[in-house]
Amino acid sequence: MELLLAIVIGILYAAGIYMMLRRSLVKLIIGLILLGNGANMLIFLLGRISKGSPPIIPESSSVFIEAYADPIPQALILTAIVISFGLQAFAIVLMKRVYHVVGTDDLDKINNMEETL
Amino acid sequence: MNISIVLPVLLPLMIAILLLFFWGRIQSQKWISILGSLAVLGYNIWLFAKVYSGGLLTMQAGNWEAPFGITLVADVFSVTMIMLTSIAGLAVSIFSAASISSSRIRFGYFPILHLLLMGLNGAFLTGDIFNLYVWFEIIIIASFVLMTLGSEKSQLESAVNYVVMNLLASVIFLTAIAILYGIAGTLNMADLSIKVAQIENRGLVNVTALLFFVGFGIKSAVFPLYFWLPSSYHTPPSAVAAIFGGLLTKVGVYALLRVFTLIFIPDSFLSTLLLAVAALTLVTGAFGALIQSNARKMLSYLIVCHIGFMMAGLAMYTDTALTGAAFYLIHDIIVKTNVFILLGLVFIIYGSFKLPELGGLYADYPKLAIVMALVLFSLVGIPPLSGFWPKLFLFEAAFETESYIMIGALIFASFITLVVIAKLWSEIFWKPNPRKVDVLQKLPSFMDLSLNKRVVLITPLILLTAVSLYIGFGAENIVKLSSQIANELLDPSAYIKAVLGTNPQTP
Repeated sequence: MELLLAIVIGILYAAGIYMMLRRSLVKLIIGLILLGNGANMLIFLLGRISKGSPPIIPESSSVFIEAYADPIPQALILTAIVISFGLQAFAIVLMKRVYHVVGTDDLDKINNMEETL
Repeated sequence: MNISIVLPVLLPLMIAILLLFFWGRIQSQKWISILGSLAVLGYNIWLFAKVYSGGLLTMQAGNWEAPFGITLVADVFSVTMIMLTSIAGLAVSIFSAASISSSRIRFGYFPILHLLLMGLNGAFLTGDIFNLYVWFEIIIIASFVLMTLGSEKSQLESAVNYVVMNLLASVIFLTAIAILYGIAGTLNMADLSIKVAQIENRGLVNVTALLFFVGFGIKSAVFPLYFWLPSSYHTPPSAVAAIFGGLLTKVGVYALLRVFTLIFIPDSFLSTLLLAVAALTLVTGAFGALIQSNARKMLSYLIVCHIGFMMAGLAMYTDTALTGAAFYLIHDIIVKTNVFILLGLVFIIYGSFKLPELGGLYADYPKLAIVMALVLFSLVGIPPLSGFWPKLFLFEAAFETESYIMIGALIFASFITLVVIAKLWSEIFWKPNPRKVDVLQKLPSFMDLSLNKRVVLITPLILLTAVSLYIGFGAENIVKLSSQIANELLDPSAYIKAVLGTNPQTP
């Protein structure tokens, strides 16, 4: 499972960076989204994945007896998902606006080099 | 629970919420914004005095004990930064009231400005690395809105750059946090300080440190990662450029200083890298500034160049060097904010940022020109003014550590700053205005504005100039403060003890 996740994360990062290097605005956003998902999966993987051991202390004891799943990575991922949702929503609206104002989605044509003497 | 540390975050939030109730009522929003900033400044000065004399304060959110909950820490470095943030925030609030167009204010300029200030205060106060990420996101989302508010074509085009680079920096920062959590199993910065030192696989620690360096490096615009800055900071309104130029890159520098002194103590590889990056930032920023003909682009490159001074202080990593870096940070926040406000005034007077279209300010407004001269001289670091003292410490540190390349880079950057400012001065102030008389007469004259508005426009310039004069002439106090910050950074044991040690409720 770890190996599979590691490969998936690698693919997500690679695909994200590849998409960001394209010239299209839409692919730029897709690249950012893939990278963000890759980072979230990475937190999940590095928080040590385990199966069927919830972090709940059984009623009969007062401390953890067995190893338990670490709940923090999931809290982190939830936070990161919410944040990246907001940022990506903003970025998509911005890209749409840029497309309307500039009239192109080619990043090479969007450069404000208006500074010519 | 020690509520006094949270108030620098809560007050701006409350001001922003209050401003939302006055949606569309421009005059009330201006007043609330200015008075609110004044209140935050007053509170932050009180907190500064308390921490400076009484030692650092901590707060555990929700009373979860240190390594498990989110910790807020107010040490001298943090409270100095939030005090400077609120000084710059007040100046920009006042300047915005007179210079931001009412259509922008109608679409929520002031609430977003205060949310940005809240994010900055939070980032300076937090003692938890993931919480730092969250504050960074709050800062960038607020800055995105300020950057694009108004939706002019040039603004939108540069916003693409700005948004994408900042989002990329966030992803890299998040990746670094993921790996750090994987190898150390904690997110509390004080706890990390202990745990990271014990990890045997130093290679993995260095990779994590590099990811943090790239993430913060994009935000603070160091050498190979600065290209987004000069291509975006010249498009938003002057008040926004002032808060961006003064504070946003400095958050990155603050984070670098914090992380690379508390969590990752630079080994020989990292310190060589930091030295090289600092020297190259100084040189490339200076070269960039030299060839610009747009005053704001020139200053954007100077921001990059001057980030190099602070990086140099971090790279040399001695007591003197960090004192210099802390002093430079204090000086730079005030002066950079002030210079962008100055250019905003020039724009209001002559309607342009392009040097070939400017000129004659000294003849037209001699009194204003003298104040502006003080600002520009502070930026260069003409002796009794504020920019001189931190450079003295940095040079001393460079001689102590025998890093002669650094001395060369420091001298070169200082010299080019002088050349650039001299060019700015002769072009804007001394040269007769090259534009034809009929073009100039069409411009709304500065003296035609109501006296009230003129006073409001000039007040922030005077306020920040007074602060930077104090930094220059009261250098003794600032040196004392900076060396205390340097001591804190070099010896984090008090920080760690305050966070992890005794419960703040029962000392």
